[in-house]
Amino acid sequence: MAAVDHLIPVSARGLVKRYGEILAVDAVDLNVEPGDIYGFLGPNGAGKTTAMRMLLGLLRPDRGEVRLFGRDPQHELPEALDGVAGFVETPRFYGYLTGRKNLELFAAFDGGDAAERIDDVLDVVGLQHRSGDKVGGYSQGMKQRLGLAVSLLRNPRLLILDEPTNGLDPGGIRDMRALLKELAGRGMTIFLSSHLLAEVEELCTRVSVIRAGAIVYEGSLAQLHASASPRYRLRTSDQDTTEAILVGDSRVREPTREGDELVFDADEATVLELSRALAAAGIGIAALVPETATLERLFFELTEGDPHPHRLEAVA
Amino acid sequence: MRPTTFTAYRWEVRKLLSQKRTYIGVGAAALLPVVFVSVMALQTGGPYDAPLGHNLRHTGIALALVVLTFASRFGAQLATALVAGDIVANEDAGGTLKMILTRSLRRGQILGGKILASFTYVVALLAALLATGLVGGTIAWGFNPVIDLSGHRVSALHALGLSFAALAVFSVPLLSIASFGIFLSAVTRSSAAAIVGTLVYELVQEAVVGLVHWQPLHHYMLSAQFDAWHGVFQTPVFWPPVVRALWVSALFAAVPLALAFLVFSRRDVAGD
Repeated sequence: MAAVDHLIPVSARGLVKRYGEILAVDAVDLNVEPGDIYGFLGPNGAGKTTAMRMLLGLLRPDRGEVRLFGRDPQHELPEALDGVAGFVETPRFYGYLTGRKNLELFAAFDGGDAAERIDDVLDVVGLQHRSGDKVGGYSQGMKQRLGLAVSLLRNPRLLILDEPTNGLDPGGIRDMRALLKELAGRGMTIFLSSHLLAEVEELCTRVSVIRAGAIVYEGSLAQLHASASPRYRLRTSDQDTTEAILVGDSRVREPTREGDELVFDADEATVLELSRALAAAGIGIAALVPETATLERLFFELTEGDPHPHRLEAVA
Repeated sequence: MRPTTFTAYRWEVRKLLSQKRTYIGVGAAALLPVVFVSVMALQTGGPYDAPLGHNLRHTGIALALVVLTFASRFGAQLATALVAGDIVANEDAGGTLKMILTRSLRRGQILGGKILASFTYVVALLAALLATGLVGGTIAWGFNPVIDLSGHRVSALHALGLSFAALAVFSVPLLSIASFGIFLSAVTRSSAAAIVGTLVYELVQEAVVGLVHWQPLHHYMLSAQFDAWHGVFQTPVFWPPVVRALWVSALFAAVPLALAFLVFSRRDVAGD
């Protein structure tokens, strides 16, 4: 890695991790800027958690490098995790200890003034009233909130969270999202994996999409939307002839019939020409509606179908 | 201020103190002398040919060490393996290892804390056995002088001191067993494999002593060091087996502990 920037929360270059014949992570680059709420998207088994484990120094990459605020978690632990907190997969605790005792343990393992923050973080995640109960009796959602509390003990500048709303009820999900927004508002950088696209759309400023171990998109959500082919819905007085015209035009992509509408991808100039051609053919246009690409559609475009698609490059 | 190995050790002990199985092990060790003395009270015979066994019914001081002679064949190793074999693997399987490894302690410090806590547990086991042995034995047979293994009469107070020393000598090879258990726990990531492996390790040592008829080898097997405390109860103290127990046990502990540090500090912490 040529230049080391101590302000960049996460910088990963060419991360590779192999388990025997399985290539779990394939040349992954990640760039998380200060203040980002960075969404890490991908289907199950795409390599999200493996990559996140490498960020936290739990796994050694076969190739590639990670820097957290300029420090290498493979060779500079625990110092490389100063100012960094989080968890991968479900946060786990000592079930035979109370929530507060668990926090005391983690605070002791953090050193410094972490222990002084225990009551504050319990208040923040709403677990103060259950802090005296053994964690073995906590629900999944409570453990998730305790996981966030344990992370906040470190007063991090970078928070790395794996599916943070997993196991939470709708109210808990709403509260967690509000909390993450608030933390980001205070200047904390948040790196979160999620399979909830609505969550990513609501929270994240930048995203990367991983598929079969490789990053297929990294950039802002706005750029991702802009990179998508525009899609149109068309209803005319003669759908059969219209469909034949669409199929015969090589500039029109994926024309399909959905109910009484024709749906197709094309650029704006082609659509203008098509509308003229339909009018010239005596076909009336009842509706020609451009459709904004949803994140869900973009996600499926990036993660399904041809296993080796061209990579969408965000504009720098 | 950054946490230290002592921080990890303190919390490992607190974790042990919060688990029932800790008390089951220590409780079982404490119960052994009580059961032993109770059984002897119900009959006239006894293991009088065991080391210090001829003191039974004359003084309570010898009780703990006679019980230890029987426990040294398997029980002490079992109790040790149960904790040492579990102390890393349990956290690995439970997913808490990935949580503590992302804090401000080095991996070596975390493992160091676990090793010290396991050793503390072993010492607690023996201390519990000695304590109830002394109390139970004294109640049953009094606090009287002991005839040592070379036939000399030793005052009760002096014998009490020797009992502590004998127990310390006995603990050394047991700590080596614990070290091997910790090594397996760190390497196999499976409590069951580490516990069974530790017991097999001890049995193999016993088997080598039984099957290989080459006396010099026997002196340097770990299992032979469990009898080194006999040297303490001779007049004068017979040091060669005691000294040998110290360095042989240290060697048997150093290798697995070094390997455990090497593996633990470098290995991947994968899925839950």
